[in-house]
Amino acid sequence: MTAPTTSEPAIRVQGLTKSYKTLHVLRGVDLEVTRGSIFALLGSNGAGKTTAVKILSTLLKADAGTARVNGFDVAKQAADVRESISLTGQFAAVDEILSGRENLVLVARLRHLKDPGKIADDLLKRFSLTDAGARKVSTYSGGMRRRLDIAMSLIGDPPVIFLDEPTTGLDPQARLEVWQTVKELARHGTTVLLTTQYLDEAEQLADRIAILHEGRIIVNGTVAELKQLLPPAKVEYVEKQPTLEDVFLTLVGDNGHNRNAGTNA
Amino acid sequence: MTKHFLGDTAVLLGRSLRHIARSPDTIVTTAVMPIAMMLMFVYVFGGAIDTGSDSYVTYLLPGILLITVASGIAYTAFRLFVDMKGGIFERFQSMPIARSSVLWAHVLTSLVANLISLVVVVLVALLMGFRSSAGVLAWLSVGGILVLFTLALTWLAVIPGLSAKSVEGASAFSYPLIFLPFLSSAFVPTDTMPGPVRWFAENQPVTSIVNTIRALFTEQPVGTDIWIALAWCVGLLIVAFSFAMATYRGKIS
Repeated sequence: MTAPTTSEPAIRVQGLTKSYKTLHVLRGVDLEVTRGSIFALLGSNGAGKTTAVKILSTLLKADAGTARVNGFDVAKQAADVRESISLTGQFAAVDEILSGRENLVLVARLRHLKDPGKIADDLLKRFSLTDAGARKVSTYSGGMRRRLDIAMSLIGDPPVIFLDEPTTGLDPQARLEVWQTVKELARHGTTVLLTTQYLDEAEQLADRIAILHEGRIIVNGTVAELKQLLPPAKVEYVEKQPTLEDVFLTLVGDNGHNRNAGTNA
Repeated sequence: MTKHFLGDTAVLLGRSLRHIARSPDTIVTTAVMPIAMMLMFVYVFGGAIDTGSDSYVTYLLPGILLITVASGIAYTAFRLFVDMKGGIFERFQSMPIARSSVLWAHVLTSLVANLISLVVVVLVALLMGFRSSAGVLAWLSVGGILVLFTLALTWLAVIPGLSAKSVEGASAFSYPLIFLPFLSSAFVPTDTMPGPVRWFAENQPVTSIVNTIRALFTEQPVGTDIWIALAWCVGLLIVAFSFAMATYRGKIS
């Protein structure tokens, strides 16, 4: 086991390829993610985002190429990689029959941590789920489920977190909540790799954005760099209309906080 | 990595047992069908069936126990399927745990759930007049054979649990298994069956297992049946386990 060097990027991927029979999902992906940054992998459905995340989280083997996470090779040091990461998959991976608190305790136990009960209670509080903590997860709303899902991924403070389409299927408020959580994670030094098909999500959250298209990264840069790829900004005068999202959020009078008492979605 | 195998399996077993405790209907429905069959065969057909034994319910019970297991493992496949579908399986596999403990927890849960269902069925049989003078050793042997049979069918259930595309697909495999005891010595002696059917009935695993358990219950010599029964159970267990592990490795690298 080689110890991770702090100078090495949190994630380094070189020449990654993956095919399912004749379908070439990844055709040579290269990318690097700096420690403590938020990296967005942007792409339409079927672009290969989930496949890339599965390879990085040791759920799939690549056909060729190398991938290192937190300094560990995903193929040769899979156990060390799993110590370093958390995966929040496309669908909230929560146990519906257990309560929210039991879900958190379960993950804390599986990570072999001391005092799982306290860890669970702290996270319930942090994610405004304390009141719902004793309820079965099957009664949770979509947003609450996703919050619990992310809370479960934070147990054990893994240095790298993968979020696969974390806001797909969420209502606007729940989306804002997830965004806040992700920003907070990066502030505390966690490296976040998230995949998304929403351009605004990448723009809001990411330090760097890579666009995955037909199995290759076609561009990779900061938001500012990506914008420079197009002709310089034109100055146009337009009437500033509120977006429908502004209208919705104003009408329901909620900015994403104080959602303790969610109910069935 | 494997140093946590026992601890992780225990934690995950606790999780699945909690599932069962919260939906005891899975145990009830597992036991209801075999009990209904037992009622029907004893009180409707039984009077017209000549098995040469004093009590038809005692004659019938071994087969009913196997049907109980065959219907119980459908839930094993179902529980595994739900974990696969919901993504929690992938969450566990991406965590620093002994990976195989996820499967073992399901297998042990299946064993516990089926044993509870079997006890329920035996209790109902006792109410219906089942009596056995078998001693502790004989009962332990019956228990051992049923545990082996349950494990073999459980590993078989793991295969569709991991690979099914729909809930129906995950549990449909158990129907032929439930049907198998009908083509055996479970309900009637094989002597009256026509040639090919009789040949099949006498050479399929259920007959030797049923005959062994029946002999143990009635304190008759088990003869060679017990070795044939054990060979079937162990053989099936090895084959099912190998295929289940191959399916598992195909799902998770």
